[in-house]
Amino acid sequence: MRRAAVPIAFSQGFTPHPKISYASAAPTGVASEAEYLEIGLQAPVEPEALRAALDAALSPGLDVLEVVIADGGSLADRIEASHWHIELPEVDTETLRAAVDAFTAADEVLVERMTKQGRRTFDARAAVMSIDVLSPTQTPSGAPAVPCAILELVVRQVTPSVRPDDVLSGLRVVADLEPPVSPRVTRLAQGTLTAQGAIVDPLDADRGGAAIVGH
Amino acid sequence: MSAPSTTPRAAATNSVWPRLEPLLPQVSKPIQYVGGELGAVVKDWDAATVRWALMYPDAYEVGLPNQGVQILYEVLNELPDTLAERTYAVWPDLENLMRTHGVPQFTVDAHRPVRDFDVFGISFSTELGYTNMLTAIDLASIPMLAADRTDADPVIVAGGHAAFNPEPIADFIDAAVLGDGEEAVLEITAIVREWKAEGSPGGRDELLLRLARTESVYVPRFYDVDYLPDGRIQRVVPNRADVPFRVHKRTTMDLDAWPYPKKPLVPLAETVHERYAVEIFRGCTRGCRFCQAGMITRPVRERSITTVGQMVREGLEFSGFSEVGLLSLSSADHSEIGDMCSGLAEQYAGTNVSLSLPSTRVDAFNIDLAQELSRNGRRTGLTFAPEGGSERIRKVINKMVSKEDLIRTVVTAYSNGWRQVKLYFMCGLPTETDEDVLEIADMAHEVIKAGRAATGSKDIRCTVSIGGFVPKPHTPFQWAAMERPEVIDHRLKILKQAINSDRSLGRAIGYRYHDGEPSLIEGLLSRGDRRVGSVIRKVWENGGRFDGWSEHFSYQRWVQAAAETLPAFGVDLDWYTTRQRDELEVLPWDHLDSGLDKDWLWQDWQDSLSEFEQDDCRWTPCFDCGVCPSMDTEIQIGPTGKKLLPLTPIKGLKTPTP
Repeated sequence: MRRAAVPIAFSQGFTPHPKISYASAAPTGVASEAEYLEIGLQAPVEPEALRAALDAALSPGLDVLEVVIADGGSLADRIEASHWHIELPEVDTETLRAAVDAFTAADEVLVERMTKQGRRTFDARAAVMSIDVLSPTQTPSGAPAVPCAILELVVRQVTPSVRPDDVLSGLRVVADLEPPVSPRVTRLAQGTLTAQGAIVDPLDADRGGAAIVGH
Repeated sequence: MSAPSTTPRAAATNSVWPRLEPLLPQVSKPIQYVGGELGAVVKDWDAATVRWALMYPDAYEVGLPNQGVQILYEVLNELPDTLAERTYAVWPDLENLMRTHGVPQFTVDAHRPVRDFDVFGISFSTELGYTNMLTAIDLASIPMLAADRTDADPVIVAGGHAAFNPEPIADFIDAAVLGDGEEAVLEITAIVREWKAEGSPGGRDELLLRLARTESVYVPRFYDVDYLPDGRIQRVVPNRADVPFRVHKRTTMDLDAWPYPKKPLVPLAETVHERYAVEIFRGCTRGCRFCQAGMITRPVRERSITTVGQMVREGLEFSGFSEVGLLSLSSADHSEIGDMCSGLAEQYAGTNVSLSLPSTRVDAFNIDLAQELSRNGRRTGLTFAPEGGSERIRKVINKMVSKEDLIRTVVTAYSNGWRQVKLYFMCGLPTETDEDVLEIADMAHEVIKAGRAATGSKDIRCTVSIGGFVPKPHTPFQWAAMERPEVIDHRLKILKQAINSDRSLGRAIGYRYHDGEPSLIEGLLSRGDRRVGSVIRKVWENGGRFDGWSEHFSYQRWVQAAAETLPAFGVDLDWYTTRQRDELEVLPWDHLDSGLDKDWLWQDWQDSLSEFEQDDCRWTPCFDCGVCPSMDTEIQIGPTGKKLLPLTPIKGLKTPTP
């Protein structure tokens, strides 16, 4: 913000903080193509100029795609679900499919994770709206050298949040699925949910449009 | 749709990234190993002639902000045919995975194996990084002992303050550089460049010989150490023709000609300091007798107010930092500190940029400075260091501040809006008694009383922070005996009781201290000789890592390793630490020249014992410490009389270019 000379607003108080809030940031070690944040400004700026300035100020690989003027309402309230793409190298597609079937069949899948409040146990099943194994023909560029199963997930935003690693823990709980190497996870989209279960770009409300992304 | 790789940029030649990346989700704070910081430089490997790997041998969060490494990194990368990358100590979780998966010690810039570089430079601010150096050498698959290395291995060069006595690590390093690094790295680069251009004649041995001939690079293998039957050193002599009897420190004069860092590194991960730091002067002649930094960095060389102003402007613009640290060994002593602080405060008024002076002397802090530092509403922490609790012990250590000075200064801070100040003291100083330490409690009580009276508020606090004294080479206390840890711990305990003896005052006083045990080990390492290398190696083999971190440091491991290795040489841990040396003993670092005259140091040690104070040569006549004539240097101080001009505010957004 400072390098781009953004006229950022600060909170009041003894140690003023810049007004920046991240909505549902992706966990460490996870790639993302859909992160959103909200900033408060002291003075109006032209959105596209702000986008270009921030994009240039950020490290390579962190790209600012679009800036819109907030139409009121909190960004966090518009994050209802997230769409994840998970690659599981050295996992066989059929094995994954069996694990996913067992997961889907369960009413509740309890998993554990360390949170800031300590170790917590919670249900990883209910928040999962869809969990699909992509068939090998859907894999990126032809047949990979090593087998690599691919999972696509849509998870509702709940508290405590259910993250992709929690769903993978769930697959371990129901089917002993133990990926031999670290899975590669990418968030593809997040936003509000339609009645049909599609994810809507959370900035649509500000643009006045209604494009549906993801599913 | 495929997930993009998380590589910050296309993988460089010889990059270990493809093998490292899968390990990162399994370790804590993986972002510290990723690189890609603003200010980081990745150059074409094949286009470079001389390649440096620079290490700060501690965790990334501590190592990244280190000024020394940042300066050398930038100075080297400005050379068209030279490449410098950084490496830091990896935490044990990643170390274990790297061993399992065969991933070598790597640089964070382009993730290249450290062993591929020509020179591996390691900067030691403290001796407690020695075990981390051994981890890095071992992970890099470089032979642990310098004697076993081949032409395929980098030349390992130690620098930083601890390099003024590199004898404990003499077996593991190939060379050490004493003093300022800016010009030293350029000279070493030139020697490596020329030697390579000639086809590397004579291999590694010839290269080291050329470095040694500069008389400012110490190559331990070219010196033999003989011992007396009682364990003391008899002599240290060169074993090769052409190698100097003494190696001299380097002094960079005219700091205005070296305005680094220009492009400070801005980390993506959290680090211990997130600020633009500019050194406002180097060296200190206050003459505190415990202070190695003040002794080995003489004379005082100021950076001018105008250069500081320009560095701050460009550094902030580049980095986006909102804190400026004006660094030095005693920042309020700059001849134009008042104009500098008011000029910067004026320039950055209303911008949320805050100023901090990390080392402020009690007697140099005043109300004007207090106001400038708190002008935009943000007050950074204030720390004052009386160092000794009693007037008597402050004379012994030559820290000439009175209790009245301290109380007046702290009250000034409280009256200007600070609610909390930190007071730093040492325990275990030469000639110290329980009473000297107990006076710290009186001082803290009086500070709170005076603060309450001046502000009419009970809402003020102070923190008393106690560090253990460690006698250091090239100081008047290099001959001193250390106190035993049990005695230190006892004094710390009775001091705590004394602070809390008045419940009302005690509640307003925080108390932080370190146990005596780590200091004793630091003492072993700082005044050790080559025989101590066996202790370091044993500790490392037994799992010693990150010894500067209390949660990783194991006193027992050090005591046990010393007991296993030192008796073979007829010495022990006490011999190195709690033994007082006499005037004629050959000290392990006598052949390393910091410019200080040993006779002067001895006289200052005697003056200390008779509680006789020594003035500062910036304001009183030269007292012949020996540095300026032997190093051909001089004091460089202002005032220049110049002022900082107001900045023209820039309107609108900027599109920065890295």
